[in-house]
Amino acid sequence: MDIGLSGFIKKLPLVSLPVIENLQISPGAFVLTVERISDFLPGQVVALSTDDKIAPRLYSICSAPDNEYLQVLFSLKPDGELTPLLARLKPGDTLRVSAPFGAFLGDDRPAWWIAAGTGVAPYRAMMLAGLAHNKKLIHGGRFANQFYFQDEFLDCLGESYIRCCSQETGDGLFSGRLTQWLREQVLPSEISFFLCGSVEMVVETRDILISKGVDIDNIMSEVYF
Amino acid sequence: MEKPALFGQTLSEIQSIVAELGLKPYVAKQLTEWLYQKHARSFAEMTNLSLSVRQILDEKFRLGKSEPSRVQASSDGTKKYLFPAGSRGFIEAAYIPDEDRATLCVSSQVGCKMGCLFCMTGKQGFQAQLSAGEILNQISSLPERENLTNIVYMGMGEPLDNLLQVMKSLEILSANWGYGMSPRRITVSTIGLVPAMKHFLEHSEAHLAVSMHSPFHDERRKLMPIENVYPIADVVEKIRAYNLGKQRRISFEYIMFKGVNDSPRHVKEIARLLNGMRVRINLIRFHPIPDTPLESSDDDTIRQFREGLLKKGFRTTLRASRGQDIFAACGLLSTKELVKLQAPDF
Ligand SMILES: Cc1cc2nc3c(=O)[nH]c(=O)nc-3n(C[C@H](O)[C@H](O)[C@H](O)COP(=O)(O)OP(=O)(O)OC[C@H]3O[C@@H](n4cnc5c(N)ncnc54)[C@H](O)[C@@H]3O)c2cc1C
Ligand code: SF4
Repeated sequence: MDIGLSGFIKKLPLVSLPVIENLQISPGAFVLTVERISDFLPGQVVALSTDDKIAPRLYSICSAPDNEYLQVLFSLKPDGELTPLLARLKPGDTLRVSAPFGAFLGDDRPAWWIAAGTGVAPYRAMMLAGLAHNKKLIHGGRFANQFYFQDEFLDCLGESYIRCCSQETGDGLFSGRLTQWLREQVLPSEISFFLCGSVEMVVETRDILISKGVDIDNIMSEVYF
Repeated sequence: MEKPALFGQTLSEIQSIVAELGLKPYVAKQLTEWLYQKHARSFAEMTNLSLSVRQILDEKFRLGKSEPSRVQASSDGTKKYLFPAGSRGFIEAAYIPDEDRATLCVSSQVGCKMGCLFCMTGKQGFQAQLSAGEILNQISSLPERENLTNIVYMGMGEPLDNLLQVMKSLEILSANWGYGMSPRRITVSTIGLVPAMKHFLEHSEAHLAVSMHSPFHDERRKLMPIENVYPIADVVEKIRAYNLGKQRRISFEYIMFKGVNDSPRHVKEIARLLNGMRVRINLIRFHPIPDTPLESSDDDTIRQFREGLLKKGFRTTLRASRGQDIFAACGLLSTKELVKLQAPDF
């Protein structure tokens, strides 16, 4: 019995694209750029791998749908299988990329966007697609250098951009976890809540929202498993 | 550092180990017999291996079986066993005896990354993957091991998110050199991780149980975030495209939530989605978990729902609620109080 993963990986329709740029934007966090060869909706993901031997992982697209390039934001997991290889990619190296898919889609209705770590990536795509005007973004990170794309978010969202930093203090940062910030808020009614990031953030935040009376129909979650 | 475990290695892995240690090739077969057929719990028991071979093994490896550290018994005969998972926490396995069969529900991960709204394991977050040996230890170290007729991978964790170790454990369970168990007595459940599910369908003969819980995309993604990336319609389409033969069973699990997924409209949509497929549908009463807005459908609604599906030609069962009083029922397993939770990334 073949217990290797080669079987299904070969059948996933991934195409090879040259890396255009792999920029470390913060310690351990990279924005990887390739040419955009398909249309996508803000909030969708692509499956990525470096070669056919490694099971593809999913990454939210963080660039604008009309940009000629496609970008993802990833954080390096030193013990992980794929991200150490992604982190070493240089311009011209080959990346295996799937067609975009996924249903965690931004829309025009008022909402709070809640993210932990790299979970902020799909909201950047949504913001660049012009969907940020009636949104509040609450981003949680451990350290002050983990508020990826903060200049762009500050520019666009101003006071509706909340950075919750759990391990450091800093100018403009709420000192504590995003879950603590949320517990202290009176939540607006009739809006949607988008949650994106680790399962730990999603389940805790979901419980807080439900305990504050938010209907599950108004909670949309993307878990980075 | 802890020595690697021999229990949970496949025959070919043990053959490589034996060759590396410079032992005679037939030792590999003797080892798999001791580990998986004679159920040895120490190298000292392996009396047809010479003392020096046993010493070499003992120096380099640990056997890798461990006793349950706690058991809770339900009034209905169900038992919930707590097993240590190395230094990474604890897992639970539920033993469910019935008139003519005895089923063990095994865990595949410490915690889970999938975050389903209705699940206690989901609330614990993810702590660790189990090795094939840790999965099989729940069977091997079970006091009722000899009574077992069926194994279901429906405990803590999403089995197909730990594909390699789950596939290894299935190989060891069903191989002639292993437990020699018919794959028809084994069911792996999944919420539908499509690429891994395809691999499982192609490389194992075990039954598959897919957690559906709603046939509607918009509704299912509120219950199960996975629907955003692997929608149930795609999962069904992938299964449909696969030639399953007559023996292999595909079932769909359906927890009944009051006013959420229990209407005639749902019956109609399930029938449309599964049209023409030879599948079984298992309806399950929901056991409320703390802080959940969900409630179980009432008995009348469940009965009507079942009748609706039967009329559409689907074999539909209502799974009896077992072990509810000891939190051993579906979706209730959790070791949150006992594990060291990951430092959150936010
Ligand atoms: C819908 C979706 C969108 C996502 N979007 C993003 C995104 O935009 N950006 C992003 O950075 N990530 C994203 N992810 C997560 C991403 O897909 C990968 O899971 C992540 O990058 C880790 O990949 P890896 O191969 O490096 O680590 P893996 O090898 O998959 O391991 C993940 C972690 O588990 C640990 N681990 C691995 N194997 C074991 C084991 N046997 N026992 C114990 N621990 C183990 C590793 O140490 C590592 O820390 C997304 C996931 C999903 C599902
Ligand atoms: S139902 Fe299964 S996949 Fe979903 S959170 Fe619980 S254990 Fe994980």
